[in-house]
Amino acid sequence: MLKKIAIALVALFSCFLGAQAQEVNSLSQVEDIDTIQYLQNVVVYGNRPYGNVIPSQMLKGKQLERLNSHSVADAIRYFAGVQLKDYGGVGGIKTVDMRSMGTNHMGVFYDGIQLGNAQNGQIDLGRFSLDNVEEISLYNGQKSEIFQPARDYGSAGSIYLRTKRPKFIGDKHDNLNITMRTGSFGLANPSIRWEHRFNRNLTMSLNAEYTYATGQYHFRYRKVFSDGVVAWDTTAVRKNGDVQAFRAEGAIFGTSEDGKWNAKAYYYDSERGIPGAIVNNVWKSAQRQWDRNFFAQGSWQKCLGERYEMMLNAKYARDYMRYLNPDTTLMYLDNKFWQDEIYVSSANKYTIMSDWEANLSVDYKWNYLNSNLVNFACPTRHTLLAALSTARTWRGFKIQASVLYTHVNDRYTSRSGSTVIEKHNKHLNKFTPAVFMSYQPWQEHDLNFRAFFKRIFRMPTFNDLYYTDIGNAGLRPEYATQWNVGTLYQRYLESGWFRGVKLSADAYYNIVNDKIIAVPKGTGQYRWMMMNIGKVKIRGIDFTARLAFRLPHDIVLEGGINYTYQRAQDYSNPADTLDGGCYKGQISYIPWHSGSATVHAAWKNLDFNYSCIYVGERYHNSANILANHEQPWYTHDLSASYLFAIGRTSLKITAEVNNVFNQQYDVIQNYPMPGRNYRLILKFDI
Amino acid sequence: MIIKPHILFLKLLLFAVMLTTVSCREEVVIFVPEEVEITAPQFTSVQAFYLLNEGNMGSNKATLDYYNFRTGRYTRNIFGFANPDVPKEMGDVGNDLGIYGSKLYAVINCSNKIDVMDKMSVKKIGQIEIPNCRFIKFYGGYAYVTSYAGPVEITTDYKQRGYVAKIDTTTLQVVDTCLVGYQPDELDIINGKIYVANSGGYMVPNYENTVSVIDIDTFSEEKRIEVDINLQCCRADQHGNLWISSRGDYYENQSRLFVYDTRHQRLVKTFDTSVSSMWLDGDSLYVIGVQFSYVTMKNEVSYALINTSTLEQVSNSFITDGTEQEITMPYSVAVNPITKEIYVTDAKDYVSPGRLYCFSPEGVKQWDVRTGDIPAHFAFVGDNINEK
Repeated sequence: MLKKIAIALVALFSCFLGAQAQEVNSLSQVEDIDTIQYLQNVVVYGNRPYGNVIPSQMLKGKQLERLNSHSVADAIRYFAGVQLKDYGGVGGIKTVDMRSMGTNHMGVFYDGIQLGNAQNGQIDLGRFSLDNVEEISLYNGQKSEIFQPARDYGSAGSIYLRTKRPKFIGDKHDNLNITMRTGSFGLANPSIRWEHRFNRNLTMSLNAEYTYATGQYHFRYRKVFSDGVVAWDTTAVRKNGDVQAFRAEGAIFGTSEDGKWNAKAYYYDSERGIPGAIVNNVWKSAQRQWDRNFFAQGSWQKCLGERYEMMLNAKYARDYMRYLNPDTTLMYLDNKFWQDEIYVSSANKYTIMSDWEANLSVDYKWNYLNSNLVNFACPTRHTLLAALSTARTWRGFKIQASVLYTHVNDRYTSRSGSTVIEKHNKHLNKFTPAVFMSYQPWQEHDLNFRAFFKRIFRMPTFNDLYYTDIGNAGLRPEYATQWNVGTLYQRYLESGWFRGVKLSADAYYNIVNDKIIAVPKGTGQYRWMMMNIGKVKIRGIDFTARLAFRLPHDIVLEGGINYTYQRAQDYSNPADTLDGGCYKGQISYIPWHSGSATVHAAWKNLDFNYSCIYVGERYHNSANILANHEQPWYTHDLSASYLFAIGRTSLKITAEVNNVFNQQYDVIQNYPMPGRNYRLILKFDI
Repeated sequence: MIIKPHILFLKLLLFAVMLTTVSCREEVVIFVPEEVEITAPQFTSVQAFYLLNEGNMGSNKATLDYYNFRTGRYTRNIFGFANPDVPKEMGDVGNDLGIYGSKLYAVINCSNKIDVMDKMSVKKIGQIEIPNCRFIKFYGGYAYVTSYAGPVEITTDYKQRGYVAKIDTTTLQVVDTCLVGYQPDELDIINGKIYVANSGGYMVPNYENTVSVIDIDTFSEEKRIEVDINLQCCRADQHGNLWISSRGDYYENQSRLFVYDTRHQRLVKTFDTSVSSMWLDGDSLYVIGVQFSYVTMKNEVSYALINTSTLEQVSNSFITDGTEQEITMPYSVAVNPITKEIYVTDAKDYVSPGRLYCFSPEGVKQWDVRTGDIPAHFAFVGDNINEK
């Protein structure tokens, strides 16, 4: 199979490389406004050193809107190289794993500033509504531009969420958008957004959203005999998946002659049920979780003179989480956690020559975690980050090199009841490098070759280190080393029915060392200790293709495919080679093959969209035996929308059918996903 | 050269078609038991044993394995095939296994039930619903099962009493319950009394420290014996002594083993050996201990053999050929009542398949085989033997 795919890839590329362009590269009217803006960006900044050496995978604007996605997590499934861990339903946890390095190696940035969770390092992307997001970009390694905070250098992969910027047509001073979503799972999801322009240099936006869902859906499990006769077949309703969430966001955006600034505040308050694993004789769970998140952040950027540009960022965040297990058949738990974060950053870029720039960024971060757990260590973490980077452009070459210095100081206490036994103070110093390169051999062809190397680590989380009983204060950081080579080709045509193509292919090799893994310990049931014993080697290929057509009768047709092949092998224990051993086995939940496809067709005010996700067979443990096998799954989603416009007022109606073929599948073993479901969206713009 | 979009499109389409054929979802077939030939057949009055694999919590991977001495064959995961009409198979976390009369009882902790099966065919006969059920013992036509899930006490702290359920083994109905301490684990029956080791494991750091004594005729708690915190195992020997183990608090208080004389009603001896699993065979008590050391950051393992008649430790390693180096997380031990061969299971990392090792009575490895996840509870099948 793999060979066939390789042949197809070679064939594809020979086809494109052979096709010397006679038409002039230009903007295509077929592409929507966002694409044009994007291309303009490329044109304007294409030869400037601080442009991305390696561009991101990006979903933005209408393209993002058209995907049948509840949340940022749903949309991220359409990127190559990404695996989503989805426990199902509107309120279920959704975390992202990039190129199999593990969720904790991901950085998620909201309007340029990283979202933190010092407690467990996991950002639940199911919480982020697409309502206020206009662009999602995904970078392997890091965003390969130099003018950014030091923290942006500190992850093995990054997702940038950019919230909507107010845009005003003509002399309008106010935009009002009201959206209502409803559909399966008892969903009621109203949202309102108001944009206001004070003057040419100052705008603001306010957005509030409420989500309610019962989260109930039917699911079905069945097994057959080897001759196909049904052995058992059971259908039940997923319970305790209800969610109630309120989100409010406000932002001010300002521009001045040589700079810009913005400030924003975010508040999220939710209560949800945790729909546990479906196991024999247990069809519902009773666990509940409450979250309250608040943050305020600001960013200011200014050119001081011809050569020097600076950017300041600051943030304060407070998070509260309560987990309750009132189930009388299980251990009663009522745990509360409070987290605080303070963050300041300064990035300073100096242009040495027109094609050579350097940047120094210094960040400071303070994290604190408190909990009502018995004998909790109440850890505080001071992090100082400094990144020195440089970017150089020479003919078709672009190169960026950076080194990140990290200093971490953890302070925590050993307690017994209310008495403090001992105070601890630990320091850690690390230097980690990254190099990004790209080469465009012909000025007139948008064909790029690219490569990067990066070594980075993730700090053990507060849970890894200090969680009562499980935590291991002696943990070392977990390292990820990445090598990547790839190519990108794009071409847009002005006339004819074929209007554009964008192709990319990347091959990569990652090693995760000192991976932090829960290891059984001592007497007593299911007691664990976090240890640095894991090792994973990942070899993979990402392939993406996008095509655009303009058919007769003003029909616009666009399509895209992503495909990922990954061999992510467990190298933790070389002695574990007996039958059913884990050594060199594919790690849990990573499919060898995965991909997605989207097709969009538009005619006048009518839009039609089809999307498909494919995840191949996997195992839920590195022991790749039949008992651990998980079936492939694939879902097909359809949507259609119509836009009614009266002057500047418009109403857009969208109807969606997701999982059209009603496939009954699990992403995570024993967490059934919804079958066919529907959604209706009314979007009113004034 | 002129670009040929239609060829390009066809190629992309071909590629798309190939993607969809990478591998398609198939119907999930009932698991066909995996039979492995292991060693030469052995003919004693012990025909076979069942091994219950716990499966990690939430995985629904409690499975039943079977070893037939008469064929020398080991068969993995037999329950689903024998009971193809049971949705979601055995369930979540197999916690205990026992044979009484013609029936095999599997206590499935997180599925809140006991599967009752025919001892020979493993066909399910019935199911007894007991929330958070833990361990099982039989006496006089009844099965006695401990459960964590008694009534909740609304005081300053959340507390939940445990109980012992009395089950009629002919009707498979719970006929009576008796409240005991917090989070009761193992139990045993001797001279008309049920002894229950209370752990209090849900009340960290305020563990329980008592054994409950239930009079079997009145089925009411008679008294409590103070032993040590966080009790786990409880086995009666043929001399009227009760062997009780504590888990300790995993920090200052280590896991220990106590001998309680039920006739004179007093503690007679304490062993400073850690206990995670034990098996009593005649006068030989095989004890596996795994203690986590915060100094070496490793599990320290011991395989102790104790003579229950002299109350002396005979050996501190009943494995004598160095095989213990291969075993990462020893989890359970059992001994063939006739041949005295020793079986030790390795639960590895709790989420990968475990392993079963067979040793000669002298402690030399005979064979080993892959099991399900967390192999843990044995029940021997045979004539004139104590099947549990």
